[in-house]
Amino acid sequence: MKPPPFKYVQASSLDDAVVALAASGGDAKIIAGGQSLVPMLNFRLLRPAVLVDINRIPDLDFVAESPAGLRIGALTRHRTLETSARVASAFPVLAEAMTHVAHLAIRNRGTIGGSLSHADPAAELPMLALLLDATIIAAGSRGRRSIAAKEFFVGALTTALEPDEIVTEIELPRLPPATGWGFEEYALRRGDFAIAAAAATVTLGQSRCVEARIALIGGGDRPVRAAAAEALLQGRTPGPELIAQAARAARDGVDPDGDLHASAEFRAHLIGVLTARALEAACERAAGAGR
Amino acid sequence: MTDSHRVHICVNGTVHEHVVEDRLLLVDFLRDVLNLTGTHVGCEHGVCGACTVIVNGDSARACLMFAVQADGAEVETVEGLGRVDRLHPLQEAFREHHALQCGFCTPGMLMTGLDLLRKRPLASDAEIRDGLSGNLCRCTGYEHIVAALRAARKRIGEDRR
Repeated sequence: MKPPPFKYVQASSLDDAVVALAASGGDAKIIAGGQSLVPMLNFRLLRPAVLVDINRIPDLDFVAESPAGLRIGALTRHRTLETSARVASAFPVLAEAMTHVAHLAIRNRGTIGGSLSHADPAAELPMLALLLDATIIAAGSRGRRSIAAKEFFVGALTTALEPDEIVTEIELPRLPPATGWGFEEYALRRGDFAIAAAAATVTLGQSRCVEARIALIGGGDRPVRAAAAEALLQGRTPGPELIAQAARAARDGVDPDGDLHASAEFRAHLIGVLTARALEAACERAAGAGR
Repeated sequence: MTDSHRVHICVNGTVHEHVVEDRLLLVDFLRDVLNLTGTHVGCEHGVCGACTVIVNGDSARACLMFAVQADGAEVETVEGLGRVDRLHPLQEAFREHHALQCGFCTPGMLMTGLDLLRKRPLASDAEIRDGLSGNLCRCTGYEHIVAALRAARKRIGEDRR
């Protein structure tokens, strides 16, 4: 239960960190908050030769307005997103989701860049990145590039990042006016990883659904958007029957695996129930916002 | 030769200078190097909360941080709270409300409670329960710990008036 030996490198700039990653020949790991990495080291599930600490790189911890919406630096802690007034006003669904991420002491340390790069299939932040159509900016030895959230999550603990790339920030495009949101999660205990969760936004125009977005976890090896359910809602006036149809479509669109925490059938059932609740909340808030 | 670094870490107001192996966990630095054994090691993977300390004003798991990362940091441990003859109000509340039995989780409970009440001096009962959700106790059933935090919250509120 102690980590195997490694060489610790403290990066003072992004260039520093990229050079250290490239020099290791794929045998280095970035440490930011360490809340997922250090347990894996302590269990010796990972044995990197080098740990590159990015905590002291300046200007990676910020929540800033941008022309398109909000930019959030990779070193921003979960706790900052949970308590940021900017996040609460632009993306209340994100602030709400953060309260479900583990516990206070974990949220104090865990970073958004770390959560996205780790890509745990049960983590809230990757799901929210997918819901909010985030663009993920990464820096590597071949320069910077932007990756759409829907292309970023490749599988369990697997992303589109190259071994020498680091997430530097994400950008979230502003939500249109008259948009409501809902977030529903089921976990066995407060702060545990989700068995399943659903997040939704609904944008109304003359009481019709202009756009609906639904993101899910617990349905597979990565967060997904419930495309069929979203399409059902498009252009129609949401009511109990339509929401029930969309929830069924969301449930039928996932193919979860069972494990010792929950069977596949229970997970699929939860996806349907949580989707319906998230959509109800989103529609109610959207109607309130449009009045 | 193992990789190591020289660090300066301020613990409860005293700066300690040591050369530490890169892989040394902060909790093992506190216990084995500084002999501050008040901070307990439970699960060693961030689940039980027994090793919770305060780093630069925020509660953190000392088993999920390396000592080398705490170079230049201010760390508060349970030893900084009070003394046997002069308990911290939070410790006093734990004593009054029977908020511990075996005491293994207590240092983590105290440091988590301290972070919570510093940030939310008027924390509701629900916020207290939520704030403590990351700390496991196998003895008390939690009710007495919640009661202790509630009493400490009240005391802090009265001190402010």
